[in-house]
Formats: sequence, C-alpha cells, structure tokens
Amino acid sequence: MPAKRIIPCLDVKDGRTVKGINFKGLADVGDPVELGARYAADGADELVYLDISASADGRRTFTDLVGHIATRINIPFTVGGGIASVDDASRLLDAGADKITINSAAVANPDLISAIASRYGSQFVVVAIDARQSDGRWMVTTHGGTRLTDRELFAWADEAWSRGAGEIMFTSMDHDGTRSGYPCGVFSRLCDSIDIPVIASGGAGSADDIAEVLTAGKADAALAASIFHYGDMTVGSLKQLLKEKGIEIRL
Amino acid sequence: MIAIIDYGMGNICSLGNALGRLEAEWTLTSDPEVINSATHVILPGVGNAAEAMHNLRSRRLPEVIWRLRCPVLGICVGMQVMCRSSQEGDAECMGIFDAHVKRFDSAPGVKIPHMGWSRISNLESKLFNDIQPGSYMYFVHSYYAPLCPDTIATARHPALFSAALKYENFYGTQFHPEKSGEAGQQLIHNFIRL
Repeated sequence: MPAKRIIPCLDVKDGRTVKGINFKGLADVGDPVELGARYAADGADELVYLDISASADGRRTFTDLVGHIATRINIPFTVGGGIASVDDASRLLDAGADKITINSAAVANPDLISAIASRYGSQFVVVAIDARQSDGRWMVTTHGGTRLTDRELFAWADEAWSRGAGEIMFTSMDHDGTRSGYPCGVFSRLCDSIDIPVIASGGAGSADDIAEVLTAGKADAALAASIFHYGDMTVGSLKQLLKEKGIEIRL
Repeated sequence: MIAIIDYGMGNICSLGNALGRLEAEWTLTSDPEVINSATHVILPGVGNAAEAMHNLRSRRLPEVIWRLRCPVLGICVGMQVMCRSSQEGDAECMGIFDAHVKRFDSAPGVKIPHMGWSRISNLESKLFNDIQPGSYMYFVHSYYAPLCPDTIATARHPALFSAALKYENFYGTQFHPEKSGEAGQQLIHNFIRL
C-alpha cells in the first residue's frame, strides 16, 4: 500500500488565499502559490485548491493561478470549485492541474464523470461527496450541504466509481467544521465498498482524529484545512505524530 | 537541448515545468532531426499503452528511438512502451527493456490503480545519485513491469515490481519524478547530467 497522504486544502477567492496561515518567514500568506510551496516544503503529499470565487473574473484569475502553481509546485495538486463541464476540466488540465474535483455538478449530471474520465483518465477525476444523516440513512447533499438530494451515499459512491472516478473525497456534513473527529464507521464501510482511494475531509480537530480515520476508518488520505489554521500544528509535525503511531507516512 | 517527444499522449506541462525549475532548456517535438540532435530525450506518457504505441508508429518514431545513443528516459507509460509488450490493449512494444508489462491482479485491499507515494529500493544506477534507498516517489498506474535483468529500482504493490529500468543508454521510471517532490527533482537533475 502506498503511504497515507496528508493533503492541505487552500480556499482561493479572486486569486487570494482565504484563511491563510501565518507562517513564520512567509511575507504574503494570501498568495496561494507561496503558501502551497510552503506546504510542499513542509511535507504535504498533495495540495487541493478550491476556487470559491463567485464571479467570472474570479474564475479567470483562478485559471491563471493554476498555471503559476504548476510552474512552482513539484507535488501533485487538485483543483476544484465550479467545474460544470468537460470544457472547464480541459481548461484546468491545460493550465497544469493534475486532477480536478467535482461535486454538485456530478450529482446534477453524472455523465460528467464519465465524460471527463474517458477523455483524460480516471486518475484526473476526484468526485467529492458531501453527505449527512437523514432518517438514519447517509444522504448526499449539494451546494455546500444546503440541499439534500434523494441519493444515498454508498450507492452514489459506487456509481461514481463505476463511471470512472479515480478517487472519492467524502465529507460528513454532520461533522464538517465541528473539529470533533470523523464518523469512522461510515468511512470504513465506504472504503470496503469501493476499490479506489478514499480521501477523508471535514471534522478533524486533532492528530488523533486523523490517525483514527486513516486506521479504523481505512481512509487512504486526509484533507485538512482548519487543523493547520488553528493552534500550531504544521503538516510536518502532524506527519511526525502519525508516523510515531505506526502509520505509513512519507517523511 | 533536451527533447521531449510529442506523440499526443497527455500533457507534458508538469514535465516541462520540472525541467524549467532546473533551468534546463527543452523543446517538445516529434521531428526526427531535432530528436537526433538532442543531448537527452524524454518519452513521457499518460494513458493507454496500445494507443501510445499506435501514435509512436504512425509518426515512425520507434526506429528513431531505437537508434538514439544519448540518454533516453521513458516515464510511466513512456517506460512501459519501451518494454517488450503490454497487456494493456495487447500491445507489441519497442522491446528495449526485457519485460512484459502486466496488469496488477485484483485482491482484497489492493487498490488499482496504484496511486500515491511508495518507497523505491534496490537502487542501482547513477540515476539515483543522492537519492536514499527507501525514498518515496509518486506513482499512478494500473500496469507494471515485473522484475527483470534490466530492473534498477523496485517498489511494492503489494508484490515487488520494477520501479525503474535501464538498458545501455535507455532509462525508464514507472513513477513520475516530475511530481515526486525533492527526490524526483534530484532524479531529473541526475538524468540531465548523464
């Protein structure tokens, strides 16, 4: 098995990092390229950049930014936010992205997964799934968790996989932002049900939480944002702690 | 000048960027004259081995590559098409490395593709100067070259396979050095100094 991956997530709005970390010696924490380079130097295994711009200008700025990231960063990076067509994916691939992540658009139009995967390969397509419990079942939500769909989590993950998704990134909307840990039973069941890597997102409050989702939860990778924003945990110190717990980590 | 062979197999953006970070001059080409006059040649590749061989043949590139005397590096599918054959699309390949490329067997707990950071060991070439055995490299592949006399590095998924191959002036890596952080950058640095 490859090493478990730690993936910092950077939210970008109009070309600037939102919630930048105050790294020592980093002059501009709002610069997504500088911040990403710092994470990479600190041991990040991959990076995810999410465009949260709401305007067309913001989107164009993001595409230019992807080009700058590709020039500078020597580890894989995924980009997402507002990808709704094969053309959107092509534009980001041409700019230098290694993978794209799609979420609401894939739920609205599952053919989008097949179309992008058949054109650029499964390794390029990460399907992000946000779900929460509703009447005792895990149901998929869209638009940042605001809209409940009639799709069930495990069935949707299976469909995304069979349509060509290369990885699934799962966020429990019941845990996201709570810093209370991950629903490890759900992760474990999800990882057993599909043969592609699962990235755990949303909910980590500590290194112990991440260790648990990578072991009991069987996740292949953990995406984290706020754990690096609060307190003084760095990517490097987190990975060191995970390694000491006997988890295979690239140091 | 380093020639990256252009045969319509995936985007070479990240490879060009990696060479750029080392301040190396490179060009993307399928012109035999440019390839023949290059100091180093890189054969990249993303996608399907059968399609890659088809694209190389339709541009009459295998005969150009066979005759090269400069250091040549195949990456990922670029390495696989330098082997004897590939199970992917039942492709007859260039036959430079003495290996038949096979698909990973499905087994419980073994995810296919093999994607992510795995350790490379048994390093046996100047290509790995200043790279420690056990260093992690970034892999994305569903097919692999088994161990063979040309193996110069190994990795596991979960069985041992060839992470890198060498025959005379021809080198190949299954992993993506251009995406493998500092260790990968060191390997590209080593290659362009061969």
